Amino acid sequence: MTNLLEIRDLRARIVGGRDILKGIDLDVAPGEVHAIMGPNGAGKSTLSSVLAGKPGYEVTGGSILYQGRDLLALPADERAREGVFLAFQYPVEIPGVNNMYFLRAALNAGRRQRGVPELDAAQFLKAVRDKLKLLDISDDLLRRAVNVGFSGGEKKRNEIFQMAMLEPKLAILDETDSGLDIDALRVVSDGVNRLRDPNRAIVLITHYQRLLDYIVPDHVHVLSDGRIVASGDKTFAAELERTGYAHLGSAA
Amino acid sequence: MSDLAMTERADAPPDTLDGLIKGTGDGYKYGFVTDIEADEAPPGLDEGTVRFISAKKGEPAWLLEWRLKAFHRWQRMAPPDWAKLNIAPIDYQASTYYSAPKANSGPKSLDEVDPELLKTYEKLGIPLGERAALAGVAVDAVFDSVSVATTYKDKLADLGIIFCSFGEAVREHPDLVRRYLGSVVPQGDNFFAALNSAVFSDGSFVYVPPGVRCPMELSTYFRINAAKSGQFERTLLIADKGAYVSYLEGCTAPQRDENQLHAAVVELVALEDAEIKYATVQNWYPGDENGKGGIYNFVTKRGACRGDRAKISWAQVETGSAITWKYPSCLLEGDGSVGAFYSVAITNNLQQADTGTKMIHIGRDTSSTIISKGISAGRGQNTYRGQVKVMPRAEGARNYTQCDSLLIGKKCGAHTVPYIEVRHPSAKVEHEATTSKISEDQMFYCQQRGLTQEDALSLIVNGFCKEVLKELPMEFAVEAQKLLAVSLEGSVG
Repeated sequence: MTNLLEIRDLRARIVGGRDILKGIDLDVAPGEVHAIMGPNGAGKSTLSSVLAGKPGYEVTGGSILYQGRDLLALPADERAREGVFLAFQYPVEIPGVNNMYFLRAALNAGRRQRGVPELDAAQFLKAVRDKLKLLDISDDLLRRAVNVGFSGGEKKRNEIFQMAMLEPKLAILDETDSGLDIDALRVVSDGVNRLRDPNRAIVLITHYQRLLDYIVPDHVHVLSDGRIVASGDKTFAAELERTGYAHLGSAA
Repeated sequence: MSDLAMTERADAPPDTLDGLIKGTGDGYKYGFVTDIEADEAPPGLDEGTVRFISAKKGEPAWLLEWRLKAFHRWQRMAPPDWAKLNIAPIDYQASTYYSAPKANSGPKSLDEVDPELLKTYEKLGIPLGERAALAGVAVDAVFDSVSVATTYKDKLADLGIIFCSFGEAVREHPDLVRRYLGSVVPQGDNFFAALNSAVFSDGSFVYVPPGVRCPMELSTYFRINAAKSGQFERTLLIADKGAYVSYLEGCTAPQRDENQLHAAVVELVALEDAEIKYATVQNWYPGDENGKGGIYNFVTKRGACRGDRAKISWAQVETGSAITWKYPSCLLEGDGSVGAFYSVAITNNLQQADTGTKMIHIGRDTSSTIISKGISAGRGQNTYRGQVKVMPRAEGARNYTQCDSLLIGKKCGAHTVPYIEVRHPSAKVEHEATTSKISEDQMFYCQQRGLTQEDALSLIVNGFCKEVLKELPMEFAVEAQKLLAVSLEGSVG
């Protein structure tokens, strides 16, 4: 199967700083779920930022192919419209902008790019209802401004809801489990599991193994000091839980 | 005339001219009869110019005298210098003070209106004729100094509502005009109000009789067309006891290289239990990215809540003009009267805006609300200047002011200058102000969801302005949202 994402010897840093990513190699095929684990400061968030095209980071070496194209050549918004979705660790508040309005603007931006007709208000509403049902999310989030006054759990649920609506090909979930209590974690995880699809790849970035009790990955990688130092199948996560990261980090 | 009113024309009936010549005395010996064929006054401003304008408009003697009195006052006044505006000295003798569209006969219907003109209006999104009917908007379009079309007059007339050009009001309803003209903004109020009083060209007049609720939004679009023609609109709007009216004013102008002077005066009078809502979208040419050209906009807008429980609300979206000097205000005279000011002002490139309001609490239990949203981009300078004054009799007066500034980029400025003067111990006056930079995190979040940089900025800015935009009538709100985006083009990236 052709890879959706091919990362080769990726090196990157915060503009003006030292390299944080020091040579990442990663292949992700459609339908796969990859978990990237590792201690704080390993470069997990930098990796997700670079994939999404966040300003303030610079790539100093290597390449990223997405659907066979040079991902790094595309600006952030175009990556998004091409199906790259980042679920933020800290979703951003946008006062005064209704959540539904925001989502419809985003959805139609992607549809325009793909040359598919935009959804009118009625079609959009129907799509929203379908996804809410799928994810078992109540609709009160939709009437509020984007993330404004949302609890931590609500923000994360909203991210997953956006993912469901935008139907990305590559979804990167950046520490989606952080700050969630066990019930919220279950809701979010169930949502993600329902969005698993043979045409969609998911990259889970997490500090804790517990997320992987709910979302079972196909592959698990350990990121340490800017490199992937170990990879394995889903059983590897449980093993890490017992042995920790420490012996891997320095060994690499 | 049908539903179209050509009010002031070069081929005005001769008897009007005769009356005018008799009424204006000596000034007329010097060839005004031939001059009246001209479409423009020669540049410059002296007593003769004032007489010329008055003659062009076939005005009665009392109004000419009123203009001349204002002119003499203006001659003794100096332009205000307290605003945070950097303006090169204006040569008032270089401007043209009267200009009319060239036409040989008045249009009897929309079919007869110059198609080029209609096309321009269409581009500007102005509903006329069928579009006006569909949108439920009555339009009194002012093209340069003369009213070109007025729609819906008959329907309004059935309710006793007068909605016409100022010139027509002077002829048809002189008592109302005499009674209220200058009663809210006195001639000598400020330099620009005095100038306007001397040379005002045309404008709109509205009278809503007691107890009548105006069933549609009244709308006037102003547009500056002829090069170097100063625009001096005069608007007078009266809501009699228990009446209600909502008025929309929109302004657009094509690109131009020379600075153009605009000094309008708007007076609102709300009697007992009356309510007036006045909304403005101003997107005149702001000058290019180097600050060349653009409109100088010096506007005096004031409403008087004359009766108890009267309400006046100003909503404005100011995106255009090189210079904006504008403080729509409320005189809360009646007990329990209510004033409101909702404002969005954008300055991009080298635009400068010094805008705000005055809420003067005179009556008991009067209340006022001020919501101001200033957005600065490029090298724009944006100042909120607002006065809240509670007079000794204004027991129980309340004011709430919220004043937010948003900065885009590193070279712009935002300034907040509140003046608060309270002379009654029971008054409650609140002032909240915030200044924030548009956050890169917000931009990235939007872009990560697929919005372009421009769309992301527009979305965030519209969200920032939401409390004000929701005060605008629906059709205006949509236009205003588009305008915000257009005004900020090129301000990021």
